[in-house]
Amino acid sequence: MNPDVTEVLALVVLLVVAVVATVAVLTRDPARQAVVLAVLGLTLALLFTVLQAPDVALSQLGVGTAITPLLIMLTLRRIRRGDAPDETGTKESAPEGEDR
Amino acid sequence: MSRSARVRLFLGAAAAIAVFYVLACTGLPHFGTAAHPYGDRAVAATLRQHTANTVSSINFDQRAFDTLGEESILLGSVLGATALLRRTDDEQEFTPGQVRVLPSTRLFGTLLLPVALLTGVYIVAHGQLSPGGGFQGGVVLASALHLAYVAADYRSLKEIRPRELLDGVDAVAAGAFTTLGLAGLITGAAYLQNVLPLGTFNTLSSGGLVPVINAAVGVEVASGVIVLLAHFLDQALATRGERTTTERGSS
Repeated sequence: MNPDVTEVLALVVLLVVAVVATVAVLTRDPARQAVVLAVLGLTLALLFTVLQAPDVALSQLGVGTAITPLLIMLTLRRIRRGDAPDETGTKESAPEGEDR
Repeated sequence: MSRSARVRLFLGAAAAIAVFYVLACTGLPHFGTAAHPYGDRAVAATLRQHTANTVSSINFDQRAFDTLGEESILLGSVLGATALLRRTDDEQEFTPGQVRVLPSTRLFGTLLLPVALLTGVYIVAHGQLSPGGGFQGGVVLASALHLAYVAADYRSLKEIRPRELLDGVDAVAAGAFTTLGLAGLITGAAYLQNVLPLGTFNTLSSGGLVPVINAAVGVEVASGVIVLLAHFLDQALATRGERTTTERGSS
């Protein structure tokens, strides 16, 4: 690929990463933050791919967009159930289908 | 500290960091240049070791000892989470009820679970040849299994998840990495040195010790992440009772 094209692409993805990361910081609700974190993981994976590091991109995709947001969601669910007892064990509310 | 004092402290510190960061960045080589001293040496060493994927060669051969440390960090975090999330006296386990799932979700989950598992195995198996490897493939394997939870419910996931077995497998695989390093010592080389026959370049069996360690890491990461998620899922979905944090927290 033309080096200029690569650099422009990297710059664009870097800007997207910066925007999504700022949104993640400004999001105050932890459940929403977990979703934004998953999107941030996706953009970071894109950045690593553009910078020709597919190995790191794959790790980022698995851990950053799937496992970490899922762990945050599960933790929130357990903590919030402590506040308001809801022990039916159904998956009614939070978008927990995050793990793919 | 008052709000204005905190803001002043932040602005002062931020200005100092900005100045030194800019000064430090001016000394860096330019972005995207052709000269990569470390890369050139790493690729040369990779070709000598008949490993097609340079990143895997660095991870499991040239700097395998670093990876052993990272591997142990994962094992340590799984152990820590297991200890912290164990069921306490005032918690009871219960079986969550059946859940209605959209037919389309069920269909896609059922179809994609084997595909995702196969992808995970592929990424682990080809770690020495193409991007990916034990860690990446292990995470794919672990998350693929949890499609059962998305497509059906927690009971289905529990049925296909041999939790007690995986507890042991995780420890054995982590120990296997440490033990494989001893092969070097036995033959008179250094710890974790690549002493196995290197094979033909760009074939599944190439790279000597790399595919073996890679497979051990794949098994360890997959079982470790599944066990980790199992504890979180158990706490979130199948545990009843307050975890006493305020009243008896000091005792």
